[in-house]
Amino acid sequence: MSGNPYQEDRGNKDASITRPGMGGEIEHRESGPARAAAADSFLVGEAMTGGYGKGPDILHDCTIAVDRGEIAVIVGPNGAGKSTAMKAVFGMLNMRSGRVLLDGEDITALSPQDRVKKGMGFVPQVRNIFPSMTVEENLEMGAFIREDDIRTTMEQVYDLFPILRDKRDQAAGELSGGQRQQVAVGRALMTQPKVLMLDEPTAGVSPIVMDELFDRIIEVARTGIPILMVEQNARQALEIADHGYVLVQGRNAHTGTGKELLADPEVRQSFLGG
Amino acid sequence: MDLLNAIVALLNFVIVPATAYGAQLALGALGVTLIYGILRFSNFAHGDTMAFGTTITILFTWWFQSLGVSLGPLPTALLALPFGIAGAALLMLGTDRVVYRFYRAQKAVPVILVIVSMGVMFVYNGLVRFIIGVDEQRFDDGNRFIISARDFKEMTGLDEGLALKSTQAITLVVAAIAVALLFWFLNKTRTGKSMRAFSDNEDLALLSGINPERVVVVTWLIVAALATVAGTLYGLDKGFKPFVYFQLLLPIFAAAIVGGLGSPLGAIAGGFVIAYSEVMITYAWKKVAGYLLPESLEPDGLAQLLSTDYKFAVSFAILVVVLLFKPTGLFKGQSV
Repeated sequence: MSGNPYQEDRGNKDASITRPGMGGEIEHRESGPARAAAADSFLVGEAMTGGYGKGPDILHDCTIAVDRGEIAVIVGPNGAGKSTAMKAVFGMLNMRSGRVLLDGEDITALSPQDRVKKGMGFVPQVRNIFPSMTVEENLEMGAFIREDDIRTTMEQVYDLFPILRDKRDQAAGELSGGQRQQVAVGRALMTQPKVLMLDEPTAGVSPIVMDELFDRIIEVARTGIPILMVEQNARQALEIADHGYVLVQGRNAHTGTGKELLADPEVRQSFLGG
Repeated sequence: MDLLNAIVALLNFVIVPATAYGAQLALGALGVTLIYGILRFSNFAHGDTMAFGTTITILFTWWFQSLGVSLGPLPTALLALPFGIAGAALLMLGTDRVVYRFYRAQKAVPVILVIVSMGVMFVYNGLVRFIIGVDEQRFDDGNRFIISARDFKEMTGLDEGLALKSTQAITLVVAAIAVALLFWFLNKTRTGKSMRAFSDNEDLALLSGINPERVVVVTWLIVAALATVAGTLYGLDKGFKPFVYFQLLLPIFAAAIVGGLGSPLGAIAGGFVIAYSEVMITYAWKKVAGYLLPESLEPDGLAQLLSTDYKFAVSFAILVVVLLFKPTGLFKGQSV
């Protein structure tokens, strides 16, 4: 697949000698220094160009930004590089050019783990919970890097997602799709992040649950945490967005406030179905 | 009276030895299942890790014996056990640094680690024979019996004796303590929970700030401790012979798979299932049957289903049956 013979697993289906399922996918890399830098927004991925591993570029000169107290949404057709753009901001991508700025610091050289320590919370699209651990343990693990008392933060998460309080001792893997997403968001909130990044939080949940999740996300934003979100349901997402980014083939196609984009005839025509 | 004699005979020849053997297998299977769950591969070097830990324990036991240090009625090996664990831990961490870490950095698929562990197995194998030789070593001392068969007969007036070897009792006590500690560690401590989190979802563990290298180191340390304890208990009970430990790998894997790979509870249950089946199927039932059945029905032969030489066949027969009908094992481990 990647040309690395150590990663060739073709033909091995014997679960009695190796555990099935994916191991870690995040490539290990050394963290570089963070430097002070001036920026207009709280979190900016500026002119990002890059792709996975040694593969071709997926992003081309793509810029994404989110300000304090705002919700920014990345939308676009399938394969436009929405999730990739978010992963680039989070440091899971080899960037060939461009930089990422957080709160007046250039964090381009930092590894994803170190970005978490800098205050970025990330909720991946899939595999975003610890399925065999209880809801409470999931939240505890979210706060792993914190040394102080986490009780109050946990209460805040339970207040935000009351259903999780009832299910605190249940294994997270036994919950419904919507509840799992709540666990995933709750886990990311446990670090008390300065910015929250959500990769398609409503993927695979029913429309009713989706509305509820959007309500919760707005609630999180009201507490002052800026949110950067990738969404498949462009119309609903743009309705709650302060800033919207329409990506096409890894490039910024349209940028504006959520309302502007919803009103833009070209955007409506191509992505919102008229 | 016949019924009591039958029960005592059963306890003496089946239940007590099988329980001790089961506890030893369970400890071994726990180590295998931990590596499978957290590092994602089956560690074929586990039997020889047990042998190495036991070797170090034996060397320290001999040294203590030569110094005249002893625990009175308890075997001196218990005193040497922490040193054996430390020795095995050093070996495991050294191996991880020299061998496994390279493959982790390459993000090698687990099947490669399986083959690597086989190489490590042969190295350990040679190392142990180099240090202590291939012969059988006995290193148990202290009181041999808690109750000997003769004392039991005199006490109760029964025809059958019930012997309880002190090593069997020690095996059970030490195994219970080790398992309780392990479960407490995995379920209650921060580091233990981070290991379970890493086993569940590596990427998310990383994003939660859990250091993978630390998880790996702690896993090896626990496995070294479990393997040394299992090996020492087995050696105290039945004597130490490197080749036997190499062979132990087979029932240990059978136990881990029968219980459900990746499930610590399953490893314990699997250990006892395998041990009881092995002992029961290779036991000559003539004596028990003689007490229970009327004289006309008494078996002429030994009523032994399988010679003890074939005891490994029993574990594998169970393994095949479990894989056919309940591939996740008894305790919902990974589907095999």
